[in-house]
Amino acid sequence: MSCVEQMKYKLYLERTSFKDAREYIEKNSEEVYYVDPGYKIFKDYYIIGVPPVAMGVRGKEMLFTYVKPCHGTFVMGIDSEEEIARLRQREEEKIKASLKKGGPKAKEKPAPSSFSDIWKK
Amino acid sequence: MTEGKKALLVMGCPEVPVQMSIVLYLSHKLCKAGYDVTVAGTDAAVKLLKVSDPESYYVQKTIDLDQLIADIVEKKTDFDLCFTFMHSDAGMTYGATFSAISKAKLYAVVFGKNAEELAETIDYPAEKIVAKATHNPNPLKNKIDKVVL
Repeated sequence: MSCVEQMKYKLYLERTSFKDAREYIEKNSEEVYYVDPGYKIFKDYYIIGVPPVAMGVRGKEMLFTYVKPCHGTFVMGIDSEEEIARLRQREEEKIKASLKKGGPKAKEKPAPSSFSDIWKK
Repeated sequence: MTEGKKALLVMGCPEVPVQMSIVLYLSHKLCKAGYDVTVAGTDAAVKLLKVSDPESYYVQKTIDLDQLIADIVEKKTDFDLCFTFMHSDAGMTYGATFSAISKAKLYAVVFGKNAEELAETIDYPAEKIVAKATHNPNPLKNKIDKVVL
């Protein structure tokens, strides 16, 4: 049994599909972050899911998917400022890394200055 | 050459009868082909397996599913082949997780009443082995036999 089940949690969706659980988090969170399957939260829970796995923040509460082989997917909410801070920190680091690489704008082609530019391959 | 190669069988919820017989069959087949086989599952699934194979003739190594995921994420272990058994959305979700965390070649073994519909929801890289089988294991066994190991 994961440590998550021994914590004080709220269940927002029970025994649903992973797709529905992801949509619930996306629609009902103030902030949404995406992590890969295997992302570790709390002491010993590794997130199970189909990428992209949505993690939500609503006030002090973190919303996440919890999958049990025989019972389907649950949307759980647990108050955790530490885990929320970790999600935000991770997002900041992703943005910084992207900027260091030159960012998406650096790869964009300059806007065409004439019609002949548009048809150039 | 399969000598020294590692194969993983990931059991889903054990409520559909064909799963256990195919896990034992596939484990035996892989062992005979020279693979080092490990079977993972929930506590209930592993108990069913151990009662079915009391002297560990077909399956020598078992591991708890949550522990296995932790070990792969922490890079303590990994496999060359991974067969994930699924008959529900939760099983499909576990398959997606193994596809993301493991370097193993992934096979999605899809069975149960809604096997075809469930197989269509798999959009991660996996070779699909699909049979609408619940009580009779032969349709799934025949598909397994066609897989080149």
